[in-house]
Amino acid sequence: MIVPLIKGLQITFSHLFKKAVTLQYPEEKPVVAPRFRGLHTLKVSHNSAKCVACYLCPTVCPAKCITVEAGEDANHEKFAAVYEIDMLRCIFCGFCVEACPVDALGMTQEFELANYKRTDFVFSKERLLEKR
Amino acid sequence: MNKETMTVNMGPQHPSTHGVLRLVIELDGEIIEKITPHIGYLHRGVEKLSEHRTYHQTIPLTDRLDYLAPMSNNLGYVLAVEKLMGIEIPERAETVRVILTELTRLKSHLVWIACHALDIGAMTVFIYAFREREKVMQLYEKISGARMTSNYFRVGGLSADVYDGFEKDVQEIVDTFPGHLDTYEGLLTKNTIWLQRTVGNGVISAEDAIDAGITGPALRGSGVDWDLRRDNPYSGYEKYSFKVPVGENCDTFDRYKVRLIEMREAISIITQAMKALKPGPVLADEPQVCYPPKENVYNSIEGLIHHFKIASEGFPAPEGEVYQGIEAPKGELGYYIVSDGGNKPYRMRVRPPSFVNLSAIEKMAKGAMIADLVAVIGTLDIVLGEIDR
Repeated sequence: MIVPLIKGLQITFSHLFKKAVTLQYPEEKPVVAPRFRGLHTLKVSHNSAKCVACYLCPTVCPAKCITVEAGEDANHEKFAAVYEIDMLRCIFCGFCVEACPVDALGMTQEFELANYKRTDFVFSKERLLEKR
Repeated sequence: MNKETMTVNMGPQHPSTHGVLRLVIELDGEIIEKITPHIGYLHRGVEKLSEHRTYHQTIPLTDRLDYLAPMSNNLGYVLAVEKLMGIEIPERAETVRVILTELTRLKSHLVWIACHALDIGAMTVFIYAFREREKVMQLYEKISGARMTSNYFRVGGLSADVYDGFEKDVQEIVDTFPGHLDTYEGLLTKNTIWLQRTVGNGVISAEDAIDAGITGPALRGSGVDWDLRRDNPYSGYEKYSFKVPVGENCDTFDRYKVRLIEMREAISIITQAMKALKPGPVLADEPQVCYPPKENVYNSIEGLIHHFKIASEGFPAPEGEVYQGIEAPKGELGYYIVSDGGNKPYRMRVRPPSFVNLSAIEKMAKGAMIADLVAVIGTLDIVLGEIDR
């Protein structure tokens, strides 16, 4: 009756000498995989966003969290005048990135998205632009 | 003498109800007379939402049904749509799917053993099991980009090929896992307290289990030899040889043993599948359904048009109905899809194993002490995400 309990204690005791696996999170940051689907980013080429406002990402989005409005620049090129992603509705499925035909949208390793106000979760084009 | 029963409300925030399950229990002293489960606290309307999403867009919704086994949910859904469309998928994709769903079975059973033991009072197992689960979660993150909401399978194959070093990571899990299972068994299988809490607890006979529609390890624990992977193979399971464990005494301890053997068998299936893994395409050659490769999209107008067509409208499915059941970690997970010929399901019904298994809770716990109810909830291994959908 008491023997199995002592054997169990032996197992627990042997773990005392093993290396701890806990990641001390706020001090130690985890290494995030390259394929990780974190905060979105609008890729930049020749000093402007690559996005051509084709509306594929809002179409394919299962959560309907992307707002795009097209505009025309000085060279009569179509560009995204408004590009917003509501992170409170986003389910981080990555379909928008998969759907982008010009490789203008990506997902970063950024996963700490906590904020104080609801409005702070709506990421405008300026906040989504790739940091260089 | 006048007898009076007492009504006790358990949940929806009770720590041992595995989510937001609410049970209204009628007690005679400490003896359970009646249990009424109240469900729906986690209802998100996935079935209704899917009627307004294309076939492609429903895949990330299925991640969130049984959130402890997302890849199994994805597999059931994509297999159902593939059956409806009549698509054959490449062998490599099929094998990778088997490896990942068996890893998912480990992941789900680890949460089961962790929470089941924690509910009964063995906290150590909980900590150890979550340590091992983290390995599978990291593999999930590397392969799909998310730890839980994988969204990795696609209609026609996989969203991307496996990453470099996938074989090594799987091999590491396969090599270390039997040792970890021995650790759990050392802590529980012969432990007097564990035996006293589980042997003879939650007994349900084979006939009652079949009548209630129970599936999965809970059914096999009652001695019914039924496993969809063997009896109705899908995704190439007929190629692998594995044992289907069954219990004898129909109690919580037998279901515990069945699940532990199942984890060992899952390891054996993963080993066989890793041997069978050959290089090749991971997406079917079905231009009507699948996205074209990205280099075609960037470099050719035909590819771009093709990409726009799939992304904007999805694909139409032929008119008809289809049912596909798979052996998910918790039991038979079925997707029943009715198509009216459009690019969205006319109706999708999910047959979640937990929902049906929960219906037997009264039969299993009636006449037991209220403290044993916690063990019965644990042994049923329910997840409210798929009960409420």
